[in-house]
Amino acid sequence: MNNIDAKTSFTIMGFLLLIVGILQSWGVAFSILNLCLISAIMSMGVNIQWGFAGLINFGVMGFLAIGGLATVLISVPPVVESWSAGGLGILLSLIFLILIIYACLFINKRYSKYKYKYHLIFAIIILTIPVLKLISGPSIKLIESINPAAQGYLGGLGLPIIFSWFVGGLLSAALAFVIGKICLGLRSDYLAISTLLISGIIVSVIKHEEWLSRGVKNVIGLKRPAPYEVDLQNSEWFINLIEIIHFWSPTTKGIIISSSGIFVKICFSVIFLITLLILLYLSERAVNSPWGRMMRAIRDNETAAKAMGKNIVKQQLNIFMIGSAIIGFAGAMLVTYDGLFTPSSYQPLRYTFLIWVMVLLGGSGNNYGAILGGFVVWFIWIESAPIALFLINIFTFFLENENIFKIHLIESVPYFRYLMMGVGLLLVMRYKPEGLLPEKKIKF
Amino acid sequence: MDFLNALILLSNFVIVPSITYGSQLALGAIGVTLIYGILRFANFAYGDLMAFGTMCVILFTWLLKSWGVNLGIFPTALLALPFGITLTIIVSLFFDKTVFEYYRNKKSSPVTFIVVSLGIMFVLNAVVRIIIGPNDIVFMDGSRFIISAVDFKEATGLLEGLTIKSTQVITIITTSLTCFLLFNFLNKTKTGKSMRAYSNNEDLALLSGIDPNKIILITWIIASILATIAGTLYGLDKSFKPFTYFNNLLPIFAATIVGGIGNPLGAFYGGFVIAFSEIALTYAYKKFIFYLLPFSSDSTNLIQYISTDYKFAISFAILVVVLIFKPQGIFKGKVI
Repeated sequence: MNNIDAKTSFTIMGFLLLIVGILQSWGVAFSILNLCLISAIMSMGVNIQWGFAGLINFGVMGFLAIGGLATVLISVPPVVESWSAGGLGILLSLIFLILIIYACLFINKRYSKYKYKYHLIFAIIILTIPVLKLISGPSIKLIESINPAAQGYLGGLGLPIIFSWFVGGLLSAALAFVIGKICLGLRSDYLAISTLLISGIIVSVIKHEEWLSRGVKNVIGLKRPAPYEVDLQNSEWFINLIEIIHFWSPTTKGIIISSSGIFVKICFSVIFLITLLILLYLSERAVNSPWGRMMRAIRDNETAAKAMGKNIVKQQLNIFMIGSAIIGFAGAMLVTYDGLFTPSSYQPLRYTFLIWVMVLLGGSGNNYGAILGGFVVWFIWIESAPIALFLINIFTFFLENENIFKIHLIESVPYFRYLMMGVGLLLVMRYKPEGLLPEKKIKF
Repeated sequence: MDFLNALILLSNFVIVPSITYGSQLALGAIGVTLIYGILRFANFAYGDLMAFGTMCVILFTWLLKSWGVNLGIFPTALLALPFGITLTIIVSLFFDKTVFEYYRNKKSSPVTFIVVSLGIMFVLNAVVRIIIGPNDIVFMDGSRFIISAVDFKEATGLLEGLTIKSTQVITIITTSLTCFLLFNFLNKTKTGKSMRAYSNNEDLALLSGIDPNKIILITWIIASILATIAGTLYGLDKSFKPFTYFNNLLPIFAATIVGGIGNPLGAFYGGFVIAFSEIALTYAYKKFIFYLLPFSSDSTNLIQYISTDYKFAISFAILVVVLIFKPQGIFKGKVI
């Protein structure tokens, strides 16, 4: 297979979405498009870390979850009763936590030569956890007891949800700073395992600290940067607009309802597309700058880069933070689009490894490749069920519809997407390891 | 008397469960560590290989049951185990031939191997879910308890009843037997020694005429046997659910690294370290303290170090600490 260029592949992608729109429905096509756009941003984030700097980050799920948490913390209005009941206790324990961290950092710096330094830090952490629980316990109980069916948490700041995307990015970058400080010196396979496990810790914290995120009880009805369907259905201009577009037959209530859904999705698509294009522009600029060339040099030959006087640890930490910030940004976008935050839905297969498949399939080291990967993989992920059903029906045409084997296969259609992902990844790694759109080799 | 009650309580909820869970983790961790030592990559598909092996065992259990075959007080799954192991070995070798061999010959980087093992993880995940479905399956049969709480209370007159489930005893006995055979194999036989030599220094091993293909074949066979046994024991003890098996990969990795990656004996101990710390730190000691202290307290505090929700987080935290300060593992010993 020759290298297809970016334009053709994106045109093909557009046609595929068009076919979905015509064959299935426009609502489905636009929701696929929206999630493709978000996935593309996620895979751009991973691509920055893996493709440009060679850092293997299996903690994508954790950063996405942090981004999702940011939407709750920023956009939800504050729960005043909870703040007055337990806010003080929470603030106190936060101050206590900060003090512990400072104490550890202080010991680490001040007694850097002391033999039992780490034992000391370890002892401090072990001993202070029960104290922390003692301080925060009563207030957490109070907070969680206030209107537990709908609230039972502190709420957020009540700001527009777009802010939370940036906050999600910032929180992710801060988290990446901590993780990077701990893990970036490790060998590549250790880095993979430890980031995977740390993301597990993050998700379990978000899942179980109900005073913060409502945990497994989920936060629903988040704000949107787009209009609501109900408002559209009652507004004069929208009905007129639909009448103009839908000129060949009289507009009924049903058409207005379905087109209001599509209109909202189009609004989201426009916002996501603009975001993607801005990020793409920035990323392309960064990659083609001296800094980008340096990052690739570090990736390809660390020793040589070191010999040129580059501070590898610092640069890798930087790029780890930038990539994670983009992932967190995308995580916030995803939660915004869904309109609800469900911590228990964060699973490594869907939120870490699927994103990795996007990057590897699309082409690591190339922004367009990562975006294409996001589109293709998400498209297959959604459309694999109908495709699998179609194939099953073809291959089992000789069986009757009541055949147990056939019924079992049809019932397990949703799992064929994992099979397609796995086989797709294996085939790409074997026959086209550089991905669909390979990295451009710069010739001088 | 109170002391005995406290001890029984501890044994019921901490000691016996951690030994059982530790054995299951230990078997899995030895498998991961062997693959790492010989093939030199972290196999992310191992959790799903365990699920696959267990699935085969379950299918054979059902088949045997439908023929009316069972083992009386023992679970039928023990009879189905050899068949499950055989199928798992075949699948492992199939993936080795079709996938890993190519990259081995190309001498690809460890990261490539990890990525490829992700692909296999997806495939196995799908296969298991397509064949047996994503739901919880209980396939334990035979007698449930060796010592049940009610009988024990009647016999001794103590307030707390000692409970030992038959699955716990089966797990411990099977693990001891498997590990005994495995370590004898690795330390005493010529093949085992050549495996250790290969893991220690590939070039020298090749120089002294060790056949790498044979070593790799045997590694996959042993790893598949361990995966199936560990998975089946876990499934007998709790229940079989594909998603849980994927999640179990994480504590297994933690156990492997805590014990020093590539070191089977370390992995064995690592499994117990992880299991004990997970269970001991999340157990609520309220009743235990109540028995030991002379005065009775009715505080609502459960006296629990960390809530049970953070069970997995503990093993991850241990792992992170080990990775930062002692990346070679806390157990010094020979690399396999």
